[in-house]
Amino acid sequence: MAIVEREPLALTTGEPSNGSLEPLGVLARPSTKTGWRSWVSTVDHKKIGIMYGVTALFFFFVAGFEATLIRLQLAQPNGTVLSADLYNQVFTMHGVTMVFLVIMPMAAAFANYLLPLQVGARDVAFPRLNALSFWLFLFGGVFLNTSWVIGGGGPDCGWFCYAPNSGVVFSPTAGVDYYTLGLLITGVASSIGAINLIVTVLNLRAPGMSLFRMPVFTWMQLVVQMLLLFSLPVITVALFLLTFDRLFGANFFNVAQGADPLLWQHLFWIFGHPEVYILILPSFGIVSEVIPVFSRKPIYGYPFMVFSGIAIGFMGWGVWAHHMFASGIGPISVAAFSLATMFIAVPTGVKILNWMATMWGGRIRFTTAMLFAVGLVAMFTIGGLSGVTHSVAPADTQQTDTYYIVAHFHYVLFGGALLGLFSGMYFWWPKAFGHFLDEKLGKAHFWLMIIGFNLTFGPMHILGLQGMSRRIQTYQATDGLTFWNRVATFGVFVIAAGMLLFLYNIGSSYRSWKAAGRPNPGADPWDSRSLEWSIPSPTPEHNFDTIPTVRAADDFWHRKYGEDEHGRAVRIAATEDVVQKGDATGVHLPSPSYYPLVLAAGLPFIGYGLIFNLLLVIPGALLVLWGVYGWAYEPSTEPDDHHGDHGTAAAAHEEETSVG
Amino acid sequence: MAETLAAPATDAHHDDHGHGHTITGISNEKLAMWLFLGSECLLFGGLISTFLLYRKKLNSFPGFENAEISKLGAQLFDIPFTSVSSFVLLMSSLTMVLAVSSLQRRDEQRMRIWLLATALLGASFIAGQIYEFTAFVKEGLGFTTNIFSSAFFTLTGFHGAHVVIGIIILMTMFAMSLQGRLGPERAEALEIAGLYWHFVDVVWVVVFVVVYLIK
Repeated sequence: MAIVEREPLALTTGEPSNGSLEPLGVLARPSTKTGWRSWVSTVDHKKIGIMYGVTALFFFFVAGFEATLIRLQLAQPNGTVLSADLYNQVFTMHGVTMVFLVIMPMAAAFANYLLPLQVGARDVAFPRLNALSFWLFLFGGVFLNTSWVIGGGGPDCGWFCYAPNSGVVFSPTAGVDYYTLGLLITGVASSIGAINLIVTVLNLRAPGMSLFRMPVFTWMQLVVQMLLLFSLPVITVALFLLTFDRLFGANFFNVAQGADPLLWQHLFWIFGHPEVYILILPSFGIVSEVIPVFSRKPIYGYPFMVFSGIAIGFMGWGVWAHHMFASGIGPISVAAFSLATMFIAVPTGVKILNWMATMWGGRIRFTTAMLFAVGLVAMFTIGGLSGVTHSVAPADTQQTDTYYIVAHFHYVLFGGALLGLFSGMYFWWPKAFGHFLDEKLGKAHFWLMIIGFNLTFGPMHILGLQGMSRRIQTYQATDGLTFWNRVATFGVFVIAAGMLLFLYNIGSSYRSWKAAGRPNPGADPWDSRSLEWSIPSPTPEHNFDTIPTVRAADDFWHRKYGEDEHGRAVRIAATEDVVQKGDATGVHLPSPSYYPLVLAAGLPFIGYGLIFNLLLVIPGALLVLWGVYGWAYEPSTEPDDHHGDHGTAAAAHEEETSVG
Repeated sequence: MAETLAAPATDAHHDDHGHGHTITGISNEKLAMWLFLGSECLLFGGLISTFLLYRKKLNSFPGFENAEISKLGAQLFDIPFTSVSSFVLLMSSLTMVLAVSSLQRRDEQRMRIWLLATALLGASFIAGQIYEFTAFVKEGLGFTTNIFSSAFFTLTGFHGAHVVIGIIILMTMFAMSLQGRLGPERAEALEIAGLYWHFVDVVWVVVFVVVYLIK
């Protein structure tokens, strides 16, 4: 197999690649390929993707534990599990963790692992920045959660943390400071990740991979990263203003001086509503990959799928004030945002119909991945419909701050985003780890999740319409809310059983695969359509032996199947003949580096320093400086680092100097 | 099943098929910088909106309790002084262009001179800002005095921090050039640093108008 050896080290920065200049960094170039060092220094998008996934799964169990505490508190009237203050902290951290530390990074795990594979690249555009994104996310998440142990309790302001309610007067512990600084750190991570992935998708596509031949998942991720790129700076402003208010005595939310209490709400929701689509679109992308494969049909209306995703991305910017109908923004604003909100349901409806049309007449295989995907279509539709009821402003005024809202967003985030992510896990597990997750346990996992989920959140529609307020730690026996609260609490234990079964499945699938002598699932176990299935499982470190040339959407499928005169798919080549062997040699890969870790490690110090003692800022700043300059003076690929058998760093060029 | 796309025989005519080493023809680094600057627009957009919302909230500042913002310009801001420092900053964009152009013409000596000049002009602007901030604080208008002052110091301070980071980047590149690490083959790296520098200048034009000039 001929290796298309691209110019190995033509750094676009022009850094001489002949090794004549010594790197100035103190840390030696890491060289191990196994063990913990290979993970902490890795710049491989696949390893980083897996680390994102593991960390997100860990935080999922943390947030799930918090959710269980909430439900235990609400299981009976006048519950005593949590105090009112602790209840505030627990529901805040549940929301913050699920949004910023579970769903976003889990989607980032899929994006990192799959985008380079789906566009036919050897890595992301900036492998070291990719590692930096992960470490910043990890340290930001850990920083946020240390508020439980140091600082007198977690943030107690809700995930939206409305100022002035989150000011020092109403929230005197350091919890909110952890919220602002922690989200600033993870925000930097997501911004860098967004730039990196957009450049990857736009610049590193394989020959022939025009934009409208990209898989729908890649498209949805492109839209998501664009949304992140432009929405994160807005919440960054809000978080800075609140930090300045709380730590340095600024007056942005000082209503006594005449500050505008709606400023935070506007800034937050200008970020917060695009954020909703940031959370759901990756899962839309995942099921758009899963459903065609298990229906043996191409996605129905590919251009409609892509354009409706783009439309959601644009319209998502014009609906933020529907979170503020009860805040008195005036009838014109309310009418305008009502209409915009109704309109945004249209492209979402297009997607639902297209998924159903894809399944229609297909030869459907109900694998676990497919079950989760179909589960998303059904559950998200319920959540979408209750969402449309919110666009009717008079009804929304009634529903605001009730459990009806809680029911709605759990149907779109749990029933939508999370089910999609689980679908993706069952689907791509063999690609990432070289073995399947057990299907029998997987189906049990699915049914426990879907039943538990509906038991937990279905009753909240009723509770909300009966007037039960969210964020209130208890209710009275005379309120008539006890029965459905009991049902919801029961449901959360069904979900917990499902999640424990999932954990067990991960362990037992691995063990039985090892016991069976590690059989390889083959490059293409599901008979799939996109490029990542044309290379061996698990993915070799260099991804592609040769960069494929793409001739159509679903190119890999067309290498396997042609059409007979009735338009039916007929096999034209055996899968083994069209997949790559993964045995390329002499391919350059970007070299691992410790500096992303060093740089990221500085930021939590700065965070603690701002909260407790400014002296701590000094080691933090020194770590950041060390990271930046060690990074800038370390070539992204070691000139004599041949890696024996690994890949060209077509992707490995890094901006050396102007990126901090 | 009708497939969505029939494959054309060749890809040569694809309009997104670039001429450079990437499929778009624009290098990864430059595209990344443009995206970053796009993101920065929203950052300054948020800060400027906040300032516009709060620019008349001057209460609890002696002598300005009910001041019109138009009087503020005359009484508080030293507009001729700030105009000069704005001019200095804008001129630094010119010297930055000259630095990039020198490197592209392989004149590294001249490139270093222009690089230093750019950094010095930027530093003069920062010195002017420090002087202005100190003068305000002496007159009793500190960061915490009122809503206006918080918004003013935050907006101009964020911009100043961007200029400082720009100066650090320029000085790093100056040092790299002395070590022979910034030859003509890396002209694009300097050009990308220049993109950042010009962006920071353009933002100042907006900030200057919004903060100092509009009534």
